[in-house]
Amino acid sequence: MGIRIVKLPDVGEGVAEAELVEWHVAIGQSVLEDQLLAAVMTDKATVEIPSPVAGTVLALGAEVGGVLAVGAELVRLEVAGEGDKEVAAAPREAARPEPAPSAAAMPSPAPAKSPALERAHVPEPPRPTTQGSLGPPRAPGEKPIASPAVRRRARDAGVDLRQVRGSGPAGRIGHEDLDAFLRGGAPAATISARVPKTDVDTVKVIGLRRRIAQKMADSKRRAAHFAYVEEVDVTALEDLRTALNAESRQDRPRLTLMPFLMQALVRAVADFPEMNALYDDEAETIERHGGVHIGIATQTPSGLMVPVVRHCETRGLWDMAAEVRRLAEAAREGRATRAELTGSTITITSLGPLGGIVTTPVINRPEVAIVGVNKEAVRPVWQGSQFVPRTMMNLSSSFDHRVIDGYVAARFIQRIKGLVEAPATLFIEE
Amino acid sequence: MADIAAKVLVVGGGPGGYVCAIRAGQLGLDVVLVEQGGLNGGLGGTCLNVGCIPSKAMIHAADAFHHAVRQAASAPFGLRVERPTIDLARTIEWKDGIVGRLTSGVGTLLKRHRVKIVHGHAGMLDGKTCRVETDTGPQVIRAEHVVLATGSEAAPLAALPFGGKVISSTEALSLHTVPERLAVIGAGYIGLELGTAFAKLGAKVTVIEAADRILPVYDAELARPVARRLQALRVDVLTRAKAVGLADEGGAVQVDQEGAPKCTVAADRILVATGRRARLAGFGLERLDLTMNGPFVHVDERCATSMRNVWAVGDLTGEPMLAHRAMAQGVVVAEVIAGHRRVFDGAVIPAVCFTDPEVVTVGLSPDEARRAGREVHVGTFPFQANGRALTLGAEEGFVRVTARADNHLVLGVAAVGAGVSELAGAFALALEMGATLEDIGGTIHAHPTLGEAFHEAALRGLGEALHV
Repeated sequence: MGIRIVKLPDVGEGVAEAELVEWHVAIGQSVLEDQLLAAVMTDKATVEIPSPVAGTVLALGAEVGGVLAVGAELVRLEVAGEGDKEVAAAPREAARPEPAPSAAAMPSPAPAKSPALERAHVPEPPRPTTQGSLGPPRAPGEKPIASPAVRRRARDAGVDLRQVRGSGPAGRIGHEDLDAFLRGGAPAATISARVPKTDVDTVKVIGLRRRIAQKMADSKRRAAHFAYVEEVDVTALEDLRTALNAESRQDRPRLTLMPFLMQALVRAVADFPEMNALYDDEAETIERHGGVHIGIATQTPSGLMVPVVRHCETRGLWDMAAEVRRLAEAAREGRATRAELTGSTITITSLGPLGGIVTTPVINRPEVAIVGVNKEAVRPVWQGSQFVPRTMMNLSSSFDHRVIDGYVAARFIQRIKGLVEAPATLFIEE
Repeated sequence: MADIAAKVLVVGGGPGGYVCAIRAGQLGLDVVLVEQGGLNGGLGGTCLNVGCIPSKAMIHAADAFHHAVRQAASAPFGLRVERPTIDLARTIEWKDGIVGRLTSGVGTLLKRHRVKIVHGHAGMLDGKTCRVETDTGPQVIRAEHVVLATGSEAAPLAALPFGGKVISSTEALSLHTVPERLAVIGAGYIGLELGTAFAKLGAKVTVIEAADRILPVYDAELARPVARRLQALRVDVLTRAKAVGLADEGGAVQVDQEGAPKCTVAADRILVATGRRARLAGFGLERLDLTMNGPFVHVDERCATSMRNVWAVGDLTGEPMLAHRAMAQGVVVAEVIAGHRRVFDGAVIPAVCFTDPEVVTVGLSPDEARRAGREVHVGTFPFQANGRALTLGAEEGFVRVTARADNHLVLGVAAVGAGVSELAGAFALALEMGATLEDIGGTIHAHPTLGEAFHEAALRGLGEALHV
């Protein structure tokens, strides 16, 4: 038997460290070659690390939430045969030129575990200790489990314990469950609504949530945010969109408002190159980018992600629509690669029908501008002699006032407004 | 004699009856208890007089003698004894002293709780009236509530009626000499406890059992260490065998054994220990016309019979015929009569065989749990790996924990081994409290004790045993 050290492979271009977000194995467990050992999170992508060999786990290199440098010991395995020779070959993944995890390399996204692994390492479920989280209801005919003291109190109080749900291990009914039932004086199903909840659930801020927290705080601390809100008449744009969608061609995705806005952004930044830029405040330089790489803020089960539609200046309307949809799905399913989640030069954030009237978006630093989309609504609009119903929508945008003046920002938004309100101008090549 | 009026009449002063009377007295009820006394017991019933307590005294004496004999022969840990002898008459005297202390203690307790004791034979006239034949004449007692606690008696065998050399456990506990050859009919706990004791006292014991192994109501795994010990004590065990009558003018038992020629077992005493039956006759039960449950009085969960305000506790109400069950029922009935809401709802009734080694069962065996449709985890820990067991020279046996596979709720605990009867309380507490394997595994058990085997068995059920 030999010892084989599995090191954290290079999980992406320029990534020096990664945060351990999940262990798929436990000490003492035997693993097969290619069995997933752990999930680590780099800048924004989660990467599953498979085992290079079969063996038995002797030690784990970090706790969940810990940060490991690339090349640091991830797992120590006991393997058949010579261990030492293998150690040299261990970080073979690091040798790959482009090891950035692709969808194919990650058959299992971080939140899902294979059933085999689930069985091999069953973590103790959190034990509910208060009324706040009741155990599952008993199967019909199953006897309630309670200590003699609880049974006696229940009997004295005239309570049939079969109606009381237990919060203890194996559904055991404790004094506190009986107290709660007696306070509620009602069937167990409704009692939780009346019981003061004293439980505090401490959730470790790890993984994506930690990244988001760091990035948001960093952006708010460093960028001098100012917000600018303007209303836009999208009646004509909605007419156009409806007409285009009515064609319903198989090869084209349905259009949302997003690709039109992206198109407007592409046209507007051509006139305002300072908006499509990255501000390195330490080097005190601004990189104005020729390519328009638009970040699309996307809600995923694990939190906010910003997949990037690259080179929008080269894309048509349907192309952008298809790419937005593809990236959003990949992000939601945890398949988005690091490349797909980085490199944006300007960002759009939209909550769709939940968009509210006004938002104050946080700039996706080191970018300098973010355009927020609020909800559409048909409103009466005064047109000289009368009110007419128009489909109106607000754009709430934030800019880094350190490098963008209010006057420039206002003109930029007015340019977008003009493009959107006369949608034909979006597509006129000058 | 003037009639006595009482709130509660308890018929029978055994563990069910006297505990019910004490508890009712504690609750301020006016209680009369009738006890007939006689060969099968006075206050304390079968348990104190001719059952649990005297048999344990005899088993202890036999064990001590047997150890002395072994030390005379081989001095296993260096202690040598020269030619030990036992004077069985003195042993019986000692045993009777213990019984006397306990039964008089029961009398004192009853008096302290103002229970009126009437000695004599009770006959129920109806559900509220009882006529007791006392030494000084008949006494009529009228009561609002009647608690029947008449207990049980050794069941006779038609082929071997009691009398002469054929005795029950009652007589076996008062023999003044050790019989040279003892035939024991029935390899249940009574037959084996007494058979083992007499073998240790020097009798040549033959056990005749109709089933295919000893302790047939226990699972085979638990019976095996006991069978090995019987063999070591040179007790002959005939299984699939029936005692069909006496032979050689009463000097032997005629035995029919499956697959073997008929034979006789010569015996100076023949102990019939094939079971006990509820005592239903002789106290006017027929006049109450209660609903029966086979050979027992039917009771509901409050121990109420089919007649209003007539209650029944103990062996009269069925299996398991155990003193601690009767006592628990007695408490329930007293509290119900006092107006509390109570039911007999114990999760488990532990059972102990004081064989060598002892056997304890609480709750379900693995097979019983599986038959009930449960997937189970079973954790077994041998006393061979328990330090305290080795220092006691008692490495035979094990503790076995059975738990649900899905939520690890402990369904049953069983143990075989010297002294494991003292673990019964811990086992029963675990089941009553609804313990899971993790609860037992997470309880620090004192070292070095036999109880550590319980801890380790639970850990083993979790796949986390440390010392095996």
